[in-house]
Amino acid sequence: MNKRIETTVKEKRKSGRPPENLKNEMRIELPAISINEGIARAVAAVFISQLDPTYEELADLKCAVSEAVTNAIVHAYKNTQGYIYITMKISGERTIRIEVRDKGCGIEDVKAAMQPLYTTDPDGERSGMGFTVMENFTDRLYVISHPGRGTKVTMIKTLSDARNIKGGD
Amino acid sequence: MRSTKAQAVIVRDGNTLLITLTGDIDHHSAKRLRGEIDGAFYLHRPKRAVMDLSGVEFMDSAGLGLILGRLSRAQELGSKLTLLSPSPRVMKILDLAGAGRFIEIRQNDGKGA
Repeated sequence: MNKRIETTVKEKRKSGRPPENLKNEMRIELPAISINEGIARAVAAVFISQLDPTYEELADLKCAVSEAVTNAIVHAYKNTQGYIYITMKISGERTIRIEVRDKGCGIEDVKAAMQPLYTTDPDGERSGMGFTVMENFTDRLYVISHPGRGTKVTMIKTLSDARNIKGGD
Repeated sequence: MRSTKAQAVIVRDGNTLLITLTGDIDHHSAKRLRGEIDGAFYLHRPKRAVMDLSGVEFMDSAGLGLILGRLSRAQELGSKLTLLSPSPRVMKILDLAGAGRFIEIRQNDGKGA
C-alpha cells in the first residue's frame, strides 16, 4: 500500500503542474513524538502567515493543527513509532487546506470519536475535545479512517479578506 | 514564530496553593506539568488552589484535559480549584467545554468572569 501511495505522489509531482489556482504548497513528515506537536504548530503558523491572517485566525489554525497531530501521536500510533504526514495548500484567494495523515491504527467509529467529550481515556486526563476544537476552529473538517491502516484529517478554512479588515482603500 | 516552554511555578501560601502556568500547554508539556502539580497537591493538600493562567500563550484541548484532571484531583483531596485570568484564547478553549459551569473562573480584578 505504501509503495502505491508513494508512486502516486511521485507521478503527480513529475507530470503535473500545480492546479491553476494553487498558490503555494508544503509537505512535511514528522516522527510521531510529542515534541513535534509544537514544531508542527510553529511550521504551520509560518506557512499560514504568508496570507496575512488575523491573530484570531492564525491562533485557531495553530490550535487545530496541534489537535490533529496530537491525535496521531496519542491515538493512531499510541506511542509506537510512525510518521505523521502534513500537507498544507493555499488555493483560491485565501483558502487554506490542511491535511494530517497517519498510518496508525485507525478509528473504528469516526462518528463516535467526533462527539464532544468523547474520550478513550479512563483516567479523565484527556478532555475528548480534540475534534470539537478542529471543527470549531476551521470551516470544514473531514475525517477518513481505515481501521488498521490509518487516518486522514482534512481541515479547510477561508481567511477573511485582510484588506477589508484593515480598512485600506 | 515563538514557541515557549511551558512552566508551572507552584507556591504555597497558608492553605492556598498558587499554581502559575506559563508558556505553551499542549499534550507534550501537559504530561510533565501534571506530575509537578499533582506532587504539590499530595504534598500540601491545600484547602484552596488557584491556577493563574494569565501567562499561558498557547493552549489546546490537552491543556483543557490538564485543567479538568487537576479539578478532579482537587475535588478528590477536598480542595477548591479556581482559575485566574485566562486570556481570551484560553477562554475560547474553556468555553468549548463549558468549563465555566463547573470551575470558578476569575479575572485578575477580582470580579467573576
